[in-house]
Amino acid sequence: MALRVLAAMSGGVDSAVAAARAAEAGHEVTGVHMALSSNPKSYRTGARGCCTLEDSRDARRAADVIGIPFYVWDLAERFDRDVVQDFVAEYAAGRTPNPCLRCNEKIKFAALLEKGRALGFDVVCTGHYARLTDGELWRGIDAGKDQSYVLAVCTKEQLAHAMFPLGDTSKADIRLEAERRGLQVADKPDSHDVCFIADGDTQGFLASRLGSAPGRIVDADGNLLGEHEGAYGYTVGQRKGLRLGHPAADGKPRYVLDISPVTNTVTVGPREALDVTEIIAERPVWLAQPVADCQVQLRAHGEVYDCTASLEGDAVRIALHTPARGVARGQAAVLYDGDRVIGSATIAVADRVTA
Amino acid sequence: MTYLDHAATTPMLPEAVEAMAAELSRVGNPSSLHAPGRRARRVVEESREIIAEAFHARPSEVIFTGGGTEADNLAVKGLFWARRDADPRRNRILASAIEHHAVLDAVHWLADHEGARVELIEVDELGRVHPETLEQMIGDDVALTTVMWANNEVGTVQPVAALAALARAHGVPFHSDAVQAAGQLDVGGTAFDALTISGHKIGGPLGVGVLLLARGVDPVPVLHGGGQERDVRSGTLDTPAIAGMAVAVQLDVARRAESTARLTRLRDELIGRVLAAVPDAILNGDPVDRLPGNAHFSFPGCEGDALLMLLDARGIACSTGSACSAGVSQPSHVLLAMGADAQRARGSLRFTLGHTSTSADVDALAEAIGPVVERARRAGFS
Repeated sequence: MALRVLAAMSGGVDSAVAAARAAEAGHEVTGVHMALSSNPKSYRTGARGCCTLEDSRDARRAADVIGIPFYVWDLAERFDRDVVQDFVAEYAAGRTPNPCLRCNEKIKFAALLEKGRALGFDVVCTGHYARLTDGELWRGIDAGKDQSYVLAVCTKEQLAHAMFPLGDTSKADIRLEAERRGLQVADKPDSHDVCFIADGDTQGFLASRLGSAPGRIVDADGNLLGEHEGAYGYTVGQRKGLRLGHPAADGKPRYVLDISPVTNTVTVGPREALDVTEIIAERPVWLAQPVADCQVQLRAHGEVYDCTASLEGDAVRIALHTPARGVARGQAAVLYDGDRVIGSATIAVADRVTA
Repeated sequence: MTYLDHAATTPMLPEAVEAMAAELSRVGNPSSLHAPGRRARRVVEESREIIAEAFHARPSEVIFTGGGTEADNLAVKGLFWARRDADPRRNRILASAIEHHAVLDAVHWLADHEGARVELIEVDELGRVHPETLEQMIGDDVALTTVMWANNEVGTVQPVAALAALARAHGVPFHSDAVQAAGQLDVGGTAFDALTISGHKIGGPLGVGVLLLARGVDPVPVLHGGGQERDVRSGTLDTPAIAGMAVAVQLDVARRAESTARLTRLRDELIGRVLAAVPDAILNGDPVDRLPGNAHFSFPGCEGDALLMLLDARGIACSTGSACSAGVSQPSHVLLAMGADAQRARGSLRFTLGHTSTSADVDALAEAIGPVVERARRAGFS
């Protein structure tokens, strides 16, 4: 059945090929570039950032080549509120957010989808590497590019109005296909990192938003080891940039174990102390019937662990069969049954192995 | 397709295409001294005479440019520099708040880079500049006054003759951007120091324009080079485009009485039927003193971009009329200056008629606008 498809076009190769495939499949496709910055830069400088005028032009050119209508929609206000401010607030609360996931949850499959549906579109089509089969979300077949992790936060209702035409193909083949289709963006570099921090300096960005908040760096026993300029500048598992005056007694490197926004304290310790065997994750979104024995992924493109998941009130208790290292609060724990997504929840507690 | 965006660009008149195409295949630089050059020169000068007559000017007062934006820049910057150089006390610029960006951004550039003190002349809720407002602002420290003949978004026609007379009484050069008015109204005359006209808005080709520049008014050049046009504008004259523009101008004048009446009738029908389909739509601009081809509405609760897309999908081409910054539409400075709030400004559409418009175009819009507004209203503001 021909659908009225709203193709989100970032100006990159993936979303361009996704739109082309949707159009070729006989759907009535309209391309939309989301302007997410109210003050866009003129040119793209490398792999970071997006939403430059150049990206907008690239998206327009791709739409021209595909032969579909194209518009720019201004979603900068929603993006700032739901993604950028959320990003800052999460760091301020001692958590480590994933803004791509938030963008899918709140912008692409919420703000954009709602506006599109109100205007008569059936689905939002994106260049994500994931598969939708009978309403279930599956990993894309290109394991290196799979993006099911950042989509798993979407509800069944959201995914019922999503279209991911690239999940059955590898990135390398998508580039070849883009070239074959005459899309100029075929060899455009992949974007990564946080798109709204164009220079890649997350610490600088957070410092400019949150200001300086000096506090203590301590070990697990509470001994003062150093000072920091803001606990939000640290991520669990971080080793570099701690700038501790003297080495640990055993001479081994130290890692961030915990961040407490209440006391503005960063706790560091040896690598082993990062090992986690049990996770409590909140606000689960289920895309399939929960399965007790399953696998869990704890960050984008991160390792996959066998686990046993159980419901505990509104939360999920995830017992890892092998310890995971450096699990950050605020990241998503996505449960898989093989390549099929079962559900997603936000990591609230990560219990360390007690020696 | 229903084309209701003639203010953006209007189809070339077939006669203009023919004249231009004929020149495209001939050789000759109008500045060359040999026979082919003289032949081209003759085409340019005959075109100049036609255009001068149409705008009640002398041939020597017609300066060919590469379009309306260039003519506006030459007038605004060149006249400011020349007047200030002659009298250094004069460094104020008075520009209406609803100017096209080709004027507005040029005067702001002069403020940022040349020490100009720019003051915007307020307009009323219909987009009219009142001569009394200008009278209160003008003085012997003003280097330039610029007010458009008719507004490109809401179509309001300005009392330019009265404004020009005021400026003249104070020894202030007066420029008017007549890009939208030319072709629809009788513009020109001796009261103006400088007047901008664009080829492609009046049935001529793209990439050519005219600055009507009164004798004795010598702006400082913006483009330097061969000095082809009265030493004020340099660049090889574009014989084919100039020939095409002259034919369009000539036909516009010959057909004006009839076309004005026809467009006014069509426009009023369009306004009536849109308001009938969407009773709470607001007609922006002066309901009486407006361009014959312009209808501009705000649709409460709708986003202009959404309306445009939905109409586009039904084969109806129009404009949100607002400036496009970074592909993201900003609330129109014209509507804001008229006292509209940002949401009303964002929910606006401009429909402009031209020589190819028919009542079938109005029918198509009248049929589509109700459901389209209803749908856009459901989508609201993102």
